[in-house]
Parts: sequence; structure tokens; C-alpha cells
Amino acid sequence: MSTGTQTEVVMPQMGVSVSEGTITKWLRQVGDSIGRDEPLLEISTDKVDTEVPSPAAGVVTQILVQEGETVEVGTVLATIAPPGAEVAPPAPAEPAAPSPAPAREPEEAPAPEPEPAPVAATPAPAPPAPPVAATAAGNGKTFVSPVVARIAAEHGIDPTSVPGTGTGGRVTKKDILSFLESGATAAPPSAPAPAPAAETAPPPEPVAQPEPVAAVPEPVAATPAPVAEPAPAATPAPAVAPAPAVAPAPPAAPAPAAAPAAELVAGEALEPMTAMRRGVMEHMRRSVDTAAHVTSAIEVDLARVVALRQKLKPELAAQSVNLTYLAFIARAAVDTLLDYPWVNGELRGQSIVTRPFVNLGIAVALDEGKGLIVPVIRNAQDLNLTGTARAIQDIAERARTKKLLPDDVQGGTFTITNPGSFGTFHGTPIINQPQSAILGTYALVKRPWVVQDELGSDVIAIRPIMNLTLTYDHRLVDGAYAGLYLRDLRDKLESWDEAAY
Amino acid sequence: MAEMTYIQAISDALRLEMRRDQRVFILGEDVGVYGGAFKVSLGFQEEFGPWRVIDTPLSETAIVGGATGAALMGLRPVAEMQFADFISCAWDHLVTVAAKQFFRSRTPIPIVVRLPSGGGFSGGPFHSQNPESSFAHIPGLKVVCPATPHDAKGLLASAIEDPNPVLYFEHKHLYRRIKGDVPEERYTVPFGSANVHREGDDATVVTWGAMVHTATEAAEELAKEGVEVEVLDMRTLIPWDKARVLEGVRRCSKVLVLHEDTRTGGFGAEIAATIAEEAFEDLDAPVMRLAAPDTPVPFSPPLEKAYIPQVEDVVTALRELAAY
Repeated sequence: MSTGTQTEVVMPQMGVSVSEGTITKWLRQVGDSIGRDEPLLEISTDKVDTEVPSPAAGVVTQILVQEGETVEVGTVLATIAPPGAEVAPPAPAEPAAPSPAPAREPEEAPAPEPEPAPVAATPAPAPPAPPVAATAAGNGKTFVSPVVARIAAEHGIDPTSVPGTGTGGRVTKKDILSFLESGATAAPPSAPAPAPAAETAPPPEPVAQPEPVAAVPEPVAATPAPVAEPAPAATPAPAVAPAPAVAPAPPAAPAPAAAPAAELVAGEALEPMTAMRRGVMEHMRRSVDTAAHVTSAIEVDLARVVALRQKLKPELAAQSVNLTYLAFIARAAVDTLLDYPWVNGELRGQSIVTRPFVNLGIAVALDEGKGLIVPVIRNAQDLNLTGTARAIQDIAERARTKKLLPDDVQGGTFTITNPGSFGTFHGTPIINQPQSAILGTYALVKRPWVVQDELGSDVIAIRPIMNLTLTYDHRLVDGAYAGLYLRDLRDKLESWDEAAY
Repeated sequence: MAEMTYIQAISDALRLEMRRDQRVFILGEDVGVYGGAFKVSLGFQEEFGPWRVIDTPLSETAIVGGATGAALMGLRPVAEMQFADFISCAWDHLVTVAAKQFFRSRTPIPIVVRLPSGGGFSGGPFHSQNPESSFAHIPGLKVVCPATPHDAKGLLASAIEDPNPVLYFEHKHLYRRIKGDVPEERYTVPFGSANVHREGDDATVVTWGAMVHTATEAAEELAKEGVEVEVLDMRTLIPWDKARVLEGVRRCSKVLVLHEDTRTGGFGAEIAATIAEEAFEDLDAPVMRLAAPDTPVPFSPPLEKAYIPQVEDVVTALRELAAY
């Protein structure tokens, strides 16, 4: 959307359940020129970190949200003027006071212009029945509209201290915004260090709550797949509709209030949490509060897999595919899931959801402990060993280079986490909600192992052994069921059938 | 680009679709020899022959029933109601059969019903209605309400291409009054995507059909008073562009929902309720509605003028909203 000749850059919607994002870095500054679709800034949301491309070619005329600030989806972040357009010198000239933090640019700065005077002058030409005006007059100055209440709460100001120009002296949104601009605010809005406690407290909003519900029917509608022309798009396919029950209830953001009380001791450092860290934090807590976690483990002799990998690796390397043990395990795990639908299922209210497909999540740790992301391989049951290896390689690579799309991290039905690369031999991962189970893979170690020789006698051999764990939600999956799943998975891996995969 | 009236754009779209897709045919009362009551299909029978431009008996039931059957067999019928008002005769075929067929047996019903609707020329109670909200309430139907020649052409192509029953409400008062640039080649306008007909940040008017033009004229009046009003043309009601409406609410915080249909149970109520549910904390004033009163459309020109929201009415409402 553009106003006049300027194009506005807004915080993009990175997935239906994402309501806000944090600006991590501006890649261009005011005055820089930029081409259409060239990266303009980097943002971080609780789902993905990504670059935002410029919606138009031109010159950056304003940067309205500074690095480190978190704003809602749809908020205008910057404006771009077309190349060659006459650009008014960037905003700063505006506030007379030179010193105070210019951090927060006027949100929409209707410059201290003669407030539409005519409004007051023209007392709405005797409207026959002005219900609106009547209501306002009745409430007078004490009535605070929802948006004014929200802005006041976000900035910690008392709305009654703002001069009102609305009906009956009511404080309008414009009033409070210009009040904020005038610097009369209680707390400095975005001074990086001191304020954040107050500032980062998520606005008491019904977060993105509405979106998921709304979004259910829309995608159907949006795709009138020209070829096969399937669903009557207009209508939420009845079977799909009941979803709302599960719509991941936003975890009643328990304001991270507990911490700030404690004073820093000498030597301690305090740093703000990234959006991803906060997402992980909330998600892990919610999962533990939701599911009844139980972990079962099984030891698997991977001798056959090791030999096969040795054999296939060069061949696949020629196709630029890195054949990992994880690919073998993922392939076998997915195949086994089809026999154990509850492990691949989900509790939804009082019902159990099962499905004939596996959307396989692979937990990927980002460098330097920056966080964890679980991109999803859709319809993993359709991939053979090579396809699985290629898919894992692709999503892991894109996760680390921030090239994931919102859809890449949604819709998983089962997750594999692989902390074994550092030598750990056992763990109890947390389930990725709303899934029912997560498979952990651990270090492959050579162990003395009892096997039978060709005469049927027990002998001790050196075998490559891996410990696999299945952490499952005991509300849905019982121990015996999980045990059977692990047994079948082990059997598949130990007797790997090259032809079948 | 060519300048076309709204009605020429509709004819143009129909002609292009019939030329490119042999499955497309039209049927209705007097659409053939006579060229349609409003001359939308003038010359069509000469070009496409009587088997693709079918004059039907005076029976809306037969027209929609026949179209549904033809669609079931793989054709792409475009049925014309002489006036949108008469579609009530075909309610059963449309609502009970066409809208539900896919859900019952997974067979799509790709029909389009063209519905000349709206008042403003003393057509009286049987020739002036805007019954879109009755059908917006029926799961399985899509509802389209173009306001400009460009959208009239692009949305009709989308409607014909769509695998679902689509009700295409074409506003009679726009037919020859509204002109605009229209690409000569075929193109489509997607469903569910609102169009910003006029930009503004102080209040947003959510509307469709002929009211888009009424709202725009009113917005120009308000601009003289320093109030910039956004006019959002919904273009399609099912599906409707909720995201764009909510975006407007977030930015402007003041909303007027405007329609020519009667007030109670109008589609504006759905929009207003959704805003209250999903953007409550962005509101700086109650969501206002402006619509026709809950009576049939009167014949008498002064009464009809009092009945259909006029530019002055919208100006008054917007002034109140701006001052709130």
C-alpha cells in the first residue's frame, strides 16, 4: 500500500499465528537507494527469522521502528519513495527539542497541524438521530475507547491526563498519539537499556488469537486449484472446521514479571531475550504443562545400516546428497509410524486425530545457541531413503541460513531430535505440541555386544550401537504401544531391507 | 486499454469467456434474439448460435435447475436473471441443490448466475433489491459485487472459472453511468481481495457495489474539511477480505460499514461483528452502519432517494464518526 507516491513497508505476517515481530537489523538506512525485492531489513518472530524485501524500488525516506523494537504485524516500518521523487528531508526536523531520544518516529505524525478545526465548527448538521454522538456525550471525558486504553497501557500513561478533542472532551486516538509525540510520556518509549522491562512486556492483547480461526476456511477458498477444481472453496469444508478447539491457545503470556525484581550482582550481565528464545520458552513450558511425558529407550545394533551407508555414501555424494544416519532412522521411523497412528496422532479436545501421512519435523539447533527450530518435511511417507536424506539436508540448510518460509515450520505430526552428535547417549526431549511423540537419536558407539555366531552360540562381538528414545504423551500413547513402536523401529533398522527403502 | 462502461465490460468478459471455452454458454429470459433485457448479450446468438445462447421460458426455477444439471454434466453455464429480485423463485435449486451438491457427492457445480440488482431509477419493490446477504449466508455459494468496469470484467472471468456456484450481482445503476479503463485482453480479478478505491487514514468505509461511488463522493467532501477517508471496495462478499478490513481498522480506528441492502441482517452486520470480535482494541469509535431501512424499495423518486443512502447521508455519518 502506498500513500501518495511513498510506499510503506509493513511488518509482514509470517504465518497465521504470528502477531508480532522484532526488528533485528536494518540493512539500509534513510537516504539509501534500494531495488524492488532487495533485502531491506531482518526481522525475528517466534516462528522464523527472515529478511524482509523492499516492496518497491526507490529511496528509503523514513525508518519508523528501530532495531530491537517489537511491533505488531501490519505496523509500518519504513517508507520508500520512488527513485527520483522529491523527498522531503527525513523526518528529524520535526520535534523542536533536539535532545530527547528521537528513537520513536512519529507513528503517523499528523503534524501539529490545525486539528481539523471545521469539525468543531460544524456541529454535525443536526443529525436526526445521532446515536454515536449521544453515547459519547453521555460518557463524556471518562469514556476511554479500546484503542486509547491500549495505547495508554502500552506507554504507561493515564488517559485522563491527555487533553481530549473528541465528542464531550473524549480523548481520541489522535489525541493520545500526539500527546505521546509531544514527549509528555511517562516512560521513555524505546530507550534501549533502562526501559525494556516496561516496554517489552507484551501488550495485553488477544495476541493473534483471531487469525487461526479465521484462517481455517480461507486457504481452502484461496485455492480453487484450477486443474482438478476440487472443494467448493467458499465454504469451510465441514470436516475441517472443528479445529478451533485446538487453535493453539496463546499461553496467557504470564508477563515475565518474576525476574526483574532481582538486582544484578557485579559481573552478571543482562540481555534481552530474542523473539525465538521467547517462543521456545513459552512452547516448552506449555508442552510440559500439557502432555504427560514418558520416555522409553531401546538399543539398536546399526551394523547393517553402517555398512549400507558406507556403500551408498559416495554414490549419493555424487548427487550432492549427504547420507546421514539420521536419514536412515527418519526413513524407518516414518515407515513404522504408519503402523502406530497414535504415535503420529494428536489429542484434540475430547477426540483423537490420526492421519495417513507423516509431516516429519526435524529439530535443528541454530549456531551459537541462538535457538531451536523445527522445520517440517511434508508427506515424509512418500520419500525413499535418498529423498529423505535430501529433504533433511534442505530444511537444515535453510533453517541455518534463515531461508525457511512460515509454512516450513507448521503442520508437523511427529518430530525427531538428534542431540547425539555431541556424544550424549540418552535424553528425555520435550514433545513438540500438539504432537504426541518425539524420537530422540543419540551417539553411535561401539560396544561389546552379545550376538549369536553361525552355530547359534552366544559370542561377544564389537557392534555399533545406538540408543533411541521415544518420548510420548501418556494421555494418548501407553507404554506397551510405545514399546511396540520402538521394537518395530529397531527391527527395521537391524534388518534394513535395501530394496524396500 | 479501452474505455468501457460497466455493462460493456460485462458483455466483453462474457464474450471472451465464450470464445476461449466451448463449455461456457448462457441461458435466460430473452438473452438470445432480444439480446437480454439490458442488452448484455446483444449479438451473442449471431456469434455463438442458439445452442450456446439459449432463450428460456419465463421460469427462474427452470433456468437455475437447467444450469445446475448442465454444470453437473461438465458445462459452464452462465444464467441470467432478468432482475436479481426474481432469483427467489430459484431459491430451492440454488440453495438446496447447487450449493450443497459438492458436499454431498464431491461433484462441483460451476455455475454463474448474473443478477442485475440495485435501485436508483424508480424500479420499485420488485426491480431494485440487493439480496446479496441472503445468499452470503448459504455455505457453498460465492457472492460477487463488482463496482467498477475493470472489476466487472475480471470478476466475471473469475466467476466463470470458479468451480463453485457464483452469484454475480451487477448493479444496474452502474451499467451506463460508470466508465473506466479496461484491458482489452482477458484477465481475472481474484476473489476475496478488497480494493482500496480511495486512500485515507482518518476513517475507513467498508462497502461494495454502487455504494463505492457514493462513499467516494462523500469522502471527497470530507477531504475539504481535512478528514481523509479510506474507501474499501470489498468486491466479493464470499469470500470477503477480512484481513484487509482489519488492517484498515487498525490504521484508522474508525469504521463505517455502508450498503444499499436493508440494514437488519445485511452483510454489513457480519463485517461489524467481526471487527468487534477481532479488532476491538483498535477501535476509537463504535463501528457505524449505514444502510437502507427495513422496508421494500419504494417507487416514488423522493422516497427512493430517502431510502437508498445518498452522498449527503454518508457525509453526515462520516462527520459524526470523525468528530467522535
